[in-house]
Order: sequence, then C-alpha cells, then structure tokens
Amino acid sequence: MKRWNFTPYHQQIDEGLAILGTPLPEHDTQWPEWEVFVQAKRGGPHVNVGAVHAPDPEMALLLAKENFIRREPCVNLWIVNTEDIHATASEDDALFQYTFDRTYRNTTGFKLDKPTAE
Amino acid sequence: MTDDELLARFEARIDRGEKIEPGDWMPERYRSGLIRMISQHAHSEIIGALPEGAWIPYAPTLKRKMTLIAKVQDEVGHGQMLYRAAETLGITREEMIDQLLTGKATYSNVFNYPAETWADVALIGWLIDGAAIVNQTKLLLGSYGPYARAMERICFEEGFHLKQGYDAICVLMAGTPSQRAMVQDALNRWWWPIMMFQGPRDKDSVHSAELLRWKVKIKTNDELRQEFLTKFVPKILAFGLVIPDPELRFHEETKEWTFTEPDWDEFKRVIRGGGPMNKERLGVRRLAHESGRWVREALDAFVREGRAA
Ligand SMILES: [Fe+2]
Ligand SMILES: [Fe+2]
Repeated sequence: MKRWNFTPYHQQIDEGLAILGTPLPEHDTQWPEWEVFVQAKRGGPHVNVGAVHAPDPEMALLLAKENFIRREPCVNLWIVNTEDIHATASEDDALFQYTFDRTYRNTTGFKLDKPTAE
Repeated sequence: MTDDELLARFEARIDRGEKIEPGDWMPERYRSGLIRMISQHAHSEIIGALPEGAWIPYAPTLKRKMTLIAKVQDEVGHGQMLYRAAETLGITREEMIDQLLTGKATYSNVFNYPAETWADVALIGWLIDGAAIVNQTKLLLGSYGPYARAMERICFEEGFHLKQGYDAICVLMAGTPSQRAMVQDALNRWWWPIMMFQGPRDKDSVHSAELLRWKVKIKTNDELRQEFLTKFVPKILAFGLVIPDPELRFHEETKEWTFTEPDWDEFKRVIRGGGPMNKERLGVRRLAHESGRWVREALDAFVREGRAA
C-alpha cells in the first residue's frame, strides 16, 4: 500500500537497479559556465562567488540564486559567461611588481609634520 | 624555464603559503591528485544526500522536515561547487558524473551504509558532518585556490549541518527510554563506519607524502582521526551513550587515543562496491539522472530554437 501520492526516488530502488548497468548515452549536457557575482547590499561591489552551468543567462541566474543565495544577503546578481572573461596570465604576477619605489603615489610618501624649507 | 625550475618556483610559492591558481604551471601529479580528491569529494556530497534525502517524507516535525530539505539541498550544492572546482584542472563535469554513474569513481564509504531510523539521520548530521568538518576546515588551508574557495562556503554551511544534527540528538536523548535506545543503536551501527571515515591508516595510505608536501592534504588520516576523537568522544559520553569500543582510551602522556582498529578489509570491500548500499545508492542516482534527462534536453531545445519559436 502506497502512503504517498508522489514517488521519491528512494522508493523506486528496483527501477534504479534495473537500469544501473545499462550504457550511458554518449553525449549528455555539458552546459556553458557562468561566473556568478553577488551584490550583498546596495552601494556595495558585485563579488565573484563561484560559477554555475546553464544553457542560457536566464537559467544561469536561477541556478546562481539556488546555489549561492540560500541564506546569505543579496540585492542583485550578475552572471557572466566564463568565456567572456579576459585575464592576465596568472603566472604573470611579476607584471604587477613595482620596479622602483612608488611611495610618492601614496600618503605615506609624504611627511609634513612641521613646515620645512625645501 | 626547465621543468625543474618550474617545480622549484611552484614549491616555493606553496612554501610561502600562497595559493596555486588554475592558469599556473603545476606538476602532473598535483593536477591528477587534486582531480581525484576533489571529484571524490564532489561525488560524496551528491551520494551523501541520498540516505538523508530518503528520510525527508518521514521527518518527525515540519521544522525537522524543512531543516532536512535545506541540508540535503546544501549537500547537492556542495557537489556542484566541487565539480566546478575540479573542472578548472581540465576535466569536465560531464566526465565526472559519467564516472560516478558507471561505478568507476569512488566516494566516501560511509554513505554505503543504510540510514535505518530517525536517530541515524540525527547521528549522521552530528557525527558524520562533524567528522567532515574536521577534514574540511583543514582543506581550507590547502594550496589550490578554487578548492580552498569552495571550502570556505562549504564549511560555513557545514556548521549548520552539525548544529541541527546535535540539536536533533539532544531532543532524542531528552526523550523517552526508547528514543534514547534508538540513538544508542544508531551509534552502535555507525561507530565503525565513522572510524573509517578519515580513510586508511597512514601506514596503508598510498598517496600521502607528496600530497602533504604540496598542501593538497594538510593533515594525515591518522591525525584527522585523532582530532575527531578528541573533539567528539567527550560529547558522546556526556550524553551517557556507550561507545561500542571497550579499548578506546585517551593517554594523557602522549595526548593520543588508542582504539580497536575498524575492519580495514571491510573498508576495501565496500570501496570496491561490496557494501550494503553501494548498488542501491548508484541505482537511485542513475534513476534520478535519467528522470531529469528530458528536462535537460528540453532546455537545450528551448535555447537552440529560441524562445520566440
Ligand atoms: Fe557537504
Ligand atoms: Fe554536510
């Protein structure tokens, strides 16, 4: 006697076992990847939190919400096709090393505690 | 740069405590070790959702039901995040899912045991998620950026899993004698699978040394097991529960636990597919995969043909 009007998968173990050894179709869906950016509060930045697979932007937004906003604050979501992101090579971090003292670009480069003649 | 120079630069970066990012040069064994570990971890999250998911229709109260749904949804989300982290190493999610469904992949042995009563569900949330937290808080410190980032979010959610499991145990232990007996019975059956949760003993563990040096692993299996015992044995005993190992003892001098070794032959048998629930778990997973196929195909067609059509 069935007590539910729905059939959770765990009640269909025999059906599962019956197809277990059968070959998988050659191509399943490997959807494009979308990077997810969350804006936690108005005025704040959109921060990358991870990525989802989805066939289109609309579905990507839906999955991003399900995957990343189950309990954390969010006022706005962005998704960007991962292929559309252009980046410097990660091994090129030397590119961002300063070759000479650049403290003159910062407040710390100036000590004006009392007036002095130059 | 020669391979030796690249390796030296890679290891120096790890020694400095910096993370490795997807585009970086990395040794092949680092890449393959990570793929094996992260995909196994992802599969464990997906299969781990099954024993608990099966209890959703039977949860004793509406709050417990909603909590259990939230936890199971978290676990499946963890699986997705981890598949994505592994993909940055050059394998696709589709390949990993195929490996799982065809029985080529392994996942945590602990999910190949049955969750027979509600006390099992409570105990899984408390002690198995608890054991997982011991591992996962270490993985946060791992050297691979995408894995460590995924771990941050996962650890945050695991905190809730542990708390709700502990809470469910508290309620049962404050209940009737038969409720308390149900928890004791769950502990008796789950103790040995839990003792195997951190994996084989260090002396039997094949991959460890290099992965530890490259901070793919942070602690050895034996160290993690010791930490689990230190954290949880006092809490188990505080309930008046009896741990089914008369040899379990803490030694003040060495600050170590000694215990009866779990049956490591059983461990090998279960990982090769011979556990009580291996077939059922994969069967249910495969059925869910097949049942969802029409949705995936419909979405594909929808995108291909355009929504105006
Ligand atoms: Fe999880
Ligand atoms: Fe969990």
